[in-house]
Amino acid sequence: MMQLDKIVNNLDLFLGGAWMTVQLTAIALFIGFCIALPCGLARARRVPIISPLINAYVYAFRGTPLLVQLYLVYYGLAQFDIVKDSFAWPVLREAYWCALITFSLNSGAYATEIIRGAVATTPDGEIEAATALGLSRWQVDFLVLIPSALRRALPQYGNEVVFMLHGSVVASVITLQDILGVGRTLNARFYMAYEGILTAAVFYMVLTFALVMLFRWLENKYLKHLALAH
Amino acid sequence: MENLIAYAPLLWKGTQVTIALALVGLALATLLGALGAAGKIGGGPIARGVVFLYTTIVRGIPDLVLILLIYFGGQRIVNAIAGALDIGYVDVSKFWSGALAIGFIYGAYLTETFRGAYMTIPRGQIEAARALGLKRSAILWKVTLPQLVRFAISGYANVWQVLIKSTAVVSVISLQDLLGLANDAGKSVREPFTFFAAVFVIYLLFTFISQNIFNWAERRFTIKGRNDAA
Repeated sequence: MMQLDKIVNNLDLFLGGAWMTVQLTAIALFIGFCIALPCGLARARRVPIISPLINAYVYAFRGTPLLVQLYLVYYGLAQFDIVKDSFAWPVLREAYWCALITFSLNSGAYATEIIRGAVATTPDGEIEAATALGLSRWQVDFLVLIPSALRRALPQYGNEVVFMLHGSVVASVITLQDILGVGRTLNARFYMAYEGILTAAVFYMVLTFALVMLFRWLENKYLKHLALAH
Repeated sequence: MENLIAYAPLLWKGTQVTIALALVGLALATLLGALGAAGKIGGGPIARGVVFLYTTIVRGIPDLVLILLIYFGGQRIVNAIAGALDIGYVDVSKFWSGALAIGFIYGAYLTETFRGAYMTIPRGQIEAARALGLKRSAILWKVTLPQLVRFAISGYANVWQVLIKSTAVVSVISLQDLLGLANDAGKSVREPFTFFAAVFVIYLLFTFISQNIFNWAERRFTIKGRNDAA
């Protein structure tokens, strides 16, 4: 009953889909992180004016579904002639760029909250010790505070990475050929009910477990000193 | 904007479908989570193995993939049975496919939440209850459950916040929910941004309101000065 040959013969399509998924997720996570580091620090320090603005951004993106955000960017922006006539239109009409922009902003919001939390819970003693050693404010930030906060943010950030990988499936809804996109295309082409999607599920599962293992290894490496303290 | 007002009754209908989907999904997830946690805590090796497989597999697969699998796969299985029984073509409900998928996914997360909450209850209390001669059912209802609620509530709130955002992707199997209807309406009046923005705001309201309810519940269920175990 299962049409395995259709899957096996098109495995190269799935590998291409996997590359698309990994690429979208990785780039979005990277840009998201670049947004989140300054934003998280500013939030933790309650910088006036900037901090409430960042808070609004984080609240809006964490409080709504990723698919709605993606629709707003991909289908929504075309409503405005200013956007259509602008220099950015060649980018904004491409599904790929819309997905990348939306995912980056989304991941940036979640990561901001994670980094804010990690910075806020930095033991005062660490900062005091660094100051007492005569480090300047910048040195304290970049040599002590940020490395320490990022280490402690690792477990939660690992969750965010898996969350982003899983969230990236909505790219297939706007026609992108990621893992699920390939599965749905094959289903439609060969009139299959579930084989393509089941194969996609296996691909996602393998990627998820690889990420979980990676983060377990990273935590072992960078959080050993905290595990001993307990 | 006039269009949005004209379509307000339709969007309200979609909102009700989305809320119903989220609540039915949560009820199913709670049931599965309770069963899963019970199996993990008190079950034999087989029950524990089944629960382990369930939580590991489900948490490795993105929500949309599982929804498509249950909807299209379910359609095939139900109709294979219907064909064997000579009933004729059966249409699988989109609403119930979505609710089932959501319940199935978040049941896996709630299994961990409930198990974690159970582990927080000091062993001594259960031993003391047993020493006092309380029956198993009495221990469950008078000692374990009241505290389980207290310890699980913040984790439960987190799962709900993710679950409600997951309802948006059910629109992909063309369920007439909030996002699905807004998508159709926005396209027909050529104002996609306006309608998706409305959906964005409604979801933001969902998260805002539920956060307030859970904050209230957390205050209501925690005993003052006894938060150390949580």
